[in-house]
Amino acid sequence: MNTSTAHAPAHSTASAHGADHGHHEHHEPGFWQKYIFSTDHKVIGIQYAVTSLLFLLFGFLLMMAMRWQLAYPGKPIPVIGHALQAALGDDMANNGVMQADLYNVFGAMHGTIMVFLAIVPILFGAFGNYVTPLQIGAPDMAFPRLNMASYHLYFLGGIVMLASFFIPGGAAKSGWTSYSPLATINDPVHVINGQTLWLIGMVLLITSSLLGAVNFITTIIQMRAKGMTWMRLPFFVWAQFVTAFLLLLAFPPLEAAGIMQLVDNLLKTSFFLPSGLVVNGQQLAVSGGGSPLLWQHLFWFLAHPEVYVLILPAMGIVSEVIANNTRKPLWGYKSLVYATLSIGFLAFIVWAHHMYLTGMGTRISTFFQTTTMMISIPSVIILTALFISLWGGSIRFNTPMLFALAFLPMFGIGGLTGLPLGFNASDIILHDSYYVIAHFHYVVAPGTIFGVFAGLYFWYPKATGRMMNETLGKIHFAGSLLFMNMIFAPMFIQGLHGMSRRMYDGGSTYFGSGVGLDQHILNLNISITHAAAGLGFFQLFFIFNFFSSLVWGKRVTSDNPWQATTLDWQTPTPPPHGNFTTEPVAFRGPYEYSVPGAKTDFTPQNQAG
Amino acid sequence: MEIPYTVKPRPDTGLYNAKVGIWLFLASEVMLFGALFSSYILLRVGAPDGFWPDVSTGWPHGLLNIPIGTFNTAVLIASSVTVVMAWAALKAGNFAKFKGFMIFTVICAFSFLGIKSYEYNEKFTHYVVRMKDGTAVTGHFDHEFLHGFLDKANTRRDQKNAGLREANAKAKQEGKAPKELLSHLSNRFLTLEKFGEENVESVKMLVDVPSAFRYPVGMKPPAVGDGSKGSEHGEHAEPGGHFEKEVKLADVQSIAAFIPSTATFFAIYFTMTALHGLHVLGGALVLGYFAFFGRKMWHQEPERLTNRVEVAGLFWHFVDLVWIFLFPVVYLL
Repeated sequence: MNTSTAHAPAHSTASAHGADHGHHEHHEPGFWQKYIFSTDHKVIGIQYAVTSLLFLLFGFLLMMAMRWQLAYPGKPIPVIGHALQAALGDDMANNGVMQADLYNVFGAMHGTIMVFLAIVPILFGAFGNYVTPLQIGAPDMAFPRLNMASYHLYFLGGIVMLASFFIPGGAAKSGWTSYSPLATINDPVHVINGQTLWLIGMVLLITSSLLGAVNFITTIIQMRAKGMTWMRLPFFVWAQFVTAFLLLLAFPPLEAAGIMQLVDNLLKTSFFLPSGLVVNGQQLAVSGGGSPLLWQHLFWFLAHPEVYVLILPAMGIVSEVIANNTRKPLWGYKSLVYATLSIGFLAFIVWAHHMYLTGMGTRISTFFQTTTMMISIPSVIILTALFISLWGGSIRFNTPMLFALAFLPMFGIGGLTGLPLGFNASDIILHDSYYVIAHFHYVVAPGTIFGVFAGLYFWYPKATGRMMNETLGKIHFAGSLLFMNMIFAPMFIQGLHGMSRRMYDGGSTYFGSGVGLDQHILNLNISITHAAAGLGFFQLFFIFNFFSSLVWGKRVTSDNPWQATTLDWQTPTPPPHGNFTTEPVAFRGPYEYSVPGAKTDFTPQNQAG
Repeated sequence: MEIPYTVKPRPDTGLYNAKVGIWLFLASEVMLFGALFSSYILLRVGAPDGFWPDVSTGWPHGLLNIPIGTFNTAVLIASSVTVVMAWAALKAGNFAKFKGFMIFTVICAFSFLGIKSYEYNEKFTHYVVRMKDGTAVTGHFDHEFLHGFLDKANTRRDQKNAGLREANAKAKQEGKAPKELLSHLSNRFLTLEKFGEENVESVKMLVDVPSAFRYPVGMKPPAVGDGSKGSEHGEHAEPGGHFEKEVKLADVQSIAAFIPSTATFFAIYFTMTALHGLHVLGGALVLGYFAFFGRKMWHQEPERLTNRVEVAGLFWHFVDLVWIFLFPVVYLL
């Protein structure tokens, strides 16, 4: 027993901590230990950031190839067309022209990669990992090795997804939703096909997220610094906390569904295959008796909470940036917290609003329509509180703030245009049209991704010790805002005119078939594609800025260049292993800006008195 | 750097980190198995009317071995008791006693898996034969017939393989692709196609006698319960027994073992029990690790080992609990 008491953890003071460090680490960790197998939450956060930004770029490029096909159907894809043919075969890109299969592959993988390999990892894996322990005053995550395992599983899942492009038959091509029976029957030739690898990849990604969620919640419950009570947590931490619960409880049903679909595909079971299913004029030789609706229920049970996983951490980032740059406390901090908790609860009972048109019955539709309208209330509370936070502030218009400010109306457009989709009467017309695409992209692209950019510009100096270039940042912002809207706003119009999503030659089908889409609606396809190219061009400013600032960026002169109040800025820059030089103690709330009578216009949380 | 509260509980929550972690993990596990149980309910409620193995499928009843399942339940419950005793022994500072209880727990775990695999094998050798007239029977192949058939088939396959090997050796020299060898047949996973490959005209079956099953046209359902077992025409077989029947393969639509692809019931039965089995295996490996390799940590950080055992024990109880739900749902209801 003596030994164990000797090992009892203690809040080490500055000197004791330094001594501890020197005592335990006799050698400098090598490259592998420092960058690949690191258990430091900050290194893992950066690993997540770099990997997920690369996936974000890759997902964007898939979309560019699809946009080309929509604007110029049947014309060879410039630059990469023949490379695609060489890499993926004639079935996919004959003479550099995108074939139907390739469009379906890119469509399914664009969604999968953007949601599961880019946005969730960057919000939760990167920002969550890097910032959360700092903001609560913890030396690291509660389970550092589990944290490393989360990243490695995520990385492995990404590799499996990427590898699936190159196997015979190509990657998954049944949409990111992988609806059965389509997902089971669409590649009967290959036993191990793209869908198989998609499912295996998903199981790896889900496991990674689950371990991450366990780690985050434990960390936030157990590792808060002395004095860091629940209502003194920065809003970002609250957002991560609720996000972690969403991942923890919503992902396992998809894991179960994934296992069942995997068994359907490999062992020829009929979980999701109904009796008497006829494919290509032949009755399918399976036992039948399964339910395609079951897959949809299990899938959306995850995928709707997932929507809030995609937006809540972005709201957290935006809140931090807004409080810091308006130099005043967030308006309605408690409302924000309770609204977030309400979203976390309601997110679990709205999933079937994705299924109004499946024939599941009007009573169920009515229930889900009601809950869907209810969940818009806390979302509006959050948005309103953030808008009111701007009122009367002396706003600093730096790059992170510009992105945060743009987030508000962009998310507002995305959210409000969701209401007609939430009512089942109006959804009948809008379902599966470009209107839907425009709606959720407004939430995730100019919404969440702007939140991500705000966070990247905001915490970059903490992670690297150098500022990103403001001029390049503002160019990046202006171009992104302009072209994001030029891409997605016209899609509302296309959708309202009845243009359906998921059609690989959308343009020419509508032109030739006499469906009656006006030429100017089809022409929007071309302008949208040009706008997407413009968006891509302006990201070059960001990429250049990101890397060049590592070398040429202005060095920060203090550990707290934004003069922020939260604990993440009260550490050395960049924070060392173990984060804090003195034990952090929280004496006050997270947003004490412009306190009357205070010497400076910000009072850090760990400032006594 | 030290992570706080890895061993001692945090004062305001009263918990050490791993305990919070395991409860959260178990919450996610509840959602995982909850989704599978929900799927079970939805699939069963949505199953077509009619009695399995009728062509309209329906939901099979009474095909699992209840006595063995009950015994296995007892084995798992016993292990759940001993895992607590093992933890209590550590709390009392008695490592030897801990080791004894823990080894017993692990033995229970592997016994459970052994019994489960026996049950699996039972299903793999149990068949449903669907006839072209839309009726179906279930049962086993007659022992003597089956072994005669397997001997003949495997001898033929050996001879054919010998020829193939020679041809392949030649093909290799000429740089051609080799041909695949024929695999041996066993009493598991036989199909109509496999009998067809061996030119069998009819198979001899021991047909099950639960009263709900349908029988081929021209055969009367057996009169149940007059005690004279195994009569040629089945009139006198009793429930749980069987009667012999020669089935002409020309009349047969399909032959399938009780495997996942045969019916949705088997699909969900095998998926759920296999996933549960993986949890048993994982838990047993961790508990076994503590039993056999825990001594070093016991001498250095006894409290830490005790915590680890407690956390693993919580997981073990959960695995037990899943089975407590699984057993009535798939065996009894």
